Formats: sequence, C-alpha cells, structure tokens
Amino acid sequence: MNWIADNIGLILELALAHLWQSAIPIVLGFFLSLPLGWVAWRYRLVRGPVVVLTGLLYTIPSLALLILLPALIGVSTRDPANLIIGLTIYAIAILVRAVADGLDSVDPAIRQSATAMGYGGLRRFWTVDFPLAAPVVLAGLRVTAVSTISLATVGILVGVENLGYLFTNGLQRRIIAEVFAGVIAVVLIALIIDLLLLLAGRALMPWTRAMKTPNAARRPARIVRAAA
Amino acid sequence: MNVFAEAFAWLFSPERLEGQYALPVLLGQHLFYTVISVLIAAVIAVPVGWLIGHTGRGREVAVAISGAARAVPSFGLMVLLVLLLGVLRVPEAATITFVLLAIPSLLAGAYTGLEAIDRRVIDAARATGMTEWQIFWKVEVPLGMPLLVGGLRAATLQVIATVTIAAYVNLGGLGWPIIQGIPLRRFDQVLGGAILVAVLALVADMLLALAQRAAVPGGIRAAKPGSRTPRAARRAAAIEPAAAEPATASTT
Repeated sequence: MNWIADNIGLILELALAHLWQSAIPIVLGFFLSLPLGWVAWRYRLVRGPVVVLTGLLYTIPSLALLILLPALIGVSTRDPANLIIGLTIYAIAILVRAVADGLDSVDPAIRQSATAMGYGGLRRFWTVDFPLAAPVVLAGLRVTAVSTISLATVGILVGVENLGYLFTNGLQRRIIAEVFAGVIAVVLIALIIDLLLLLAGRALMPWTRAMKTPNAARRPARIVRAAA
Repeated sequence: MNVFAEAFAWLFSPERLEGQYALPVLLGQHLFYTVISVLIAAVIAVPVGWLIGHTGRGREVAVAISGAARAVPSFGLMVLLVLLLGVLRVPEAATITFVLLAIPSLLAGAYTGLEAIDRRVIDAARATGMTEWQIFWKVEVPLGMPLLVGGLRAATLQVIATVTIAAYVNLGGLGWPIIQGIPLRRFDQVLGGAILVAVLALVADMLLALAQRAAVPGGIRAAKPGSRTPRAARRAAAIEPAAAEPATASTT
C-alpha cells in the first residue's frame, strides 16, 4: 500500500480528470433527456422509435462506440470530447426512458385538475408534471451517474486519461496496489455522487418522504443503505 | 466516409481468414467466453433469484449487490484479478469477472419475474389445490420467464462488451484487432474490429429480444411500456431504481 501513499498526487489528479469527464455527460445527458423524454411521452408515435433507437445505441459496446464515434463525427479518438460524447449517448439512453416513465407515473387526474385551474402547458410541466415525475427521473439519474463514472475508465483504452490509467499502468508494471487504488477510487466517486444526488432529491422533493405509507417508506431507505 | 471503406476492405480481405488471429477464430473465442460465463452465472443466480422471488425474503441483499456491482469498473476488476491470479491464468481471471458481471442482471431478472406476478394468480393456484412445488414450476416459473430472459439479455450484452475489453489482457476475442491496432495506428483494423463488435452485440440483442417475446406464455399479453398504469410505474421506481433502466441495461 506504500504505492498509494507515494502516488496520492497522481491519484487525485486522475480522479479530478475522471470527475469532470463523467460529470459533463451526466449533466448534459440530463438536460438533453428532458425534452426528448417529454416528446417520447407526449407523442406515442415517437415513443417507439425513440426507445428502440436509444436501446440500440446502448447495446453497442463502449470500446466499439469510442472507435466508431471519431470515425463518424471526426473528433480525435484520444480527445476527452470523444469519451464525453460517448458517455452522453449512454446517459441519454437511460434517462429518456426514465423521463418518459416518470411522466407516465403522474396521475392523469392531477394533470387534469391543473389544466382545469388554468395552468398553461409550460407552467403545468414545470410546476406539476415534472416535480411529480421527478422521483422516477432521479432513480434513473442515479443509475446513470454510477454507471457513467464506472464506464469512463474504458476511456484509457483509446488514450483518454482518467482513473483507468491506473489499471493499464498497474497491469504493465504489475503493481496490484495501483490497480486496487483505481478500483476503490472509482467506486468511492460513484458512491459519493450517488449520495449527493440522493440528498439533493430529498432536499428538493421533501414531499416524497411525507407522501409514503409507513410500509413503502422503508423500502427506499433500504435502497439507500444498499447503495452506500 | 473513406475510413469506413478502408475498414470494410480490411474486414473482407482474404487474410482475415488466416492464422492465429483469423476473424472466425476471434469470433469463436468471443462467443465461447460469453456463453460459458453467462451459463455459469445463470447456474448460480437463477436458483437464488427464484428462491428470493418465491419466498419474498432476501431481496434487500439482492438489490444491494446489484447497486454496488454497478459502481465497480469491470475493466479494473478484470485487471486486478489477472494480477492476483497471475498472468498465466488470464482465462480464469477474465471468466470470473464476466460471471460476476452477469450475476446481478440474472438475479434481478429471476426475482423480479416472480415478484411481478399478480398475487391473486398465485392464491388462485393454491386454492385449486396445487402444491407449493406445482405453484412454483407451473405458475411462477412460466409467468416469470419473460423478465428472466430480459435479465439474460442484459447480462449477455454486458458480457459481450466486457469480453471486447478483455483483449487488453490477451484473452483474444473480437476486441483484439481494436486493442492491438490502436498503438500501431492501424485505423482500418481498429474500425473494422469495432464494426464487428457492434454488429455482434446488435445481433445478440435482437435474437434475445425475440427469445424474450417467445418466452411469454400463451394466453398472456406482454405489457407494453406505455400501457403501465401510473401506480405501477411509481411502484416500480420506488422498489427498484434499476427499473428505470432500459431493457438492455448496463453496457461496459
């Protein structure tokens, strides 16, 4: 474990690169998925193709996607932008479904009451539909965040440096501690971001706790412990 | 689109059928590791998942495992196992990684399949005098089959993606032209390999999607995503964050 103490600067530097390479896809994926998910939910005809297309993109293995993307859009393979675009595509694939499912979960009676009270389309979306769909969207966002952070390590195979560097370098130099440090660092970052999303959800959606029956309220609490 | 022309020229060159790294050999290795790993994982995960689904006990543990597994980078885990077991045991180390990766999806597919069954159906089976064993084999297993095949689909795709990466530890497979070509800047070979891997994943996904459809017992209509009631969607999200994932969840 001396290796970790001696190279803590390198680990932190890679962790920082890792963090922004995965944070951008998570945030970008979230904001792109909102309109896409809404369209998929609102127009049934669009929903099928959107779900199928994002499903197909999600099916393509990451290493293949990181090679195909540069060939298609002309970005350099080693450019962090390549990894960021690839991870954004995966994030959108998960989140579009989550947004559409979340909007499905809103009771139509509530939507009708809002319309009856004179809410216009946009105001109703932001003040009624979206907040009520948010718990489902948040569940999708947490899945997205954790898998994006862990998937980002594949970037090193096409030359994008992040915590994945500890895996390839550790293998070449046969340093178990280095690889171990990389795995732990990735898991830690993923769990911290997951916890932050969970806390943000609690702060922004205080009604999700109040609304639940005693029986249902225990379940998310267990999931929290499970994730942490 | 010149790069794609070169990639296809590489793919369809007669040399691709020769030697130790002939494409059919690499494809065979890729399929071999995928099938073996998913089978081993199924032998472990499906009985456990069925037990959880039938008894309703221990699902917290299963959710915890699936949640934690998602955070572990599979590439890192594989490299770690290769170093721990020694470089001579790469196939074993890689297979262990693939099995560990495939277990959470199969486990979730097995127990959610049983959990999703309307309790009244099971009560009705019990009321007609079926034994617990008959309820399990004749009611729960067939009705849970579509979700189990869904889990199998997710697990298989995840393993296909990770076998690609395993070329980095010299396992062979279709990732080999990619991993070997990058440092040599052989872009035709790299892109050709990537195309093959993508096609393999898409074909496997399509076949398993058909299997998933075929697994729906006669007389039962598979619920379409859009036809879920608001309450069912809310419940799904509250119980299992993974419910928000697409059917083919977790790529690597």
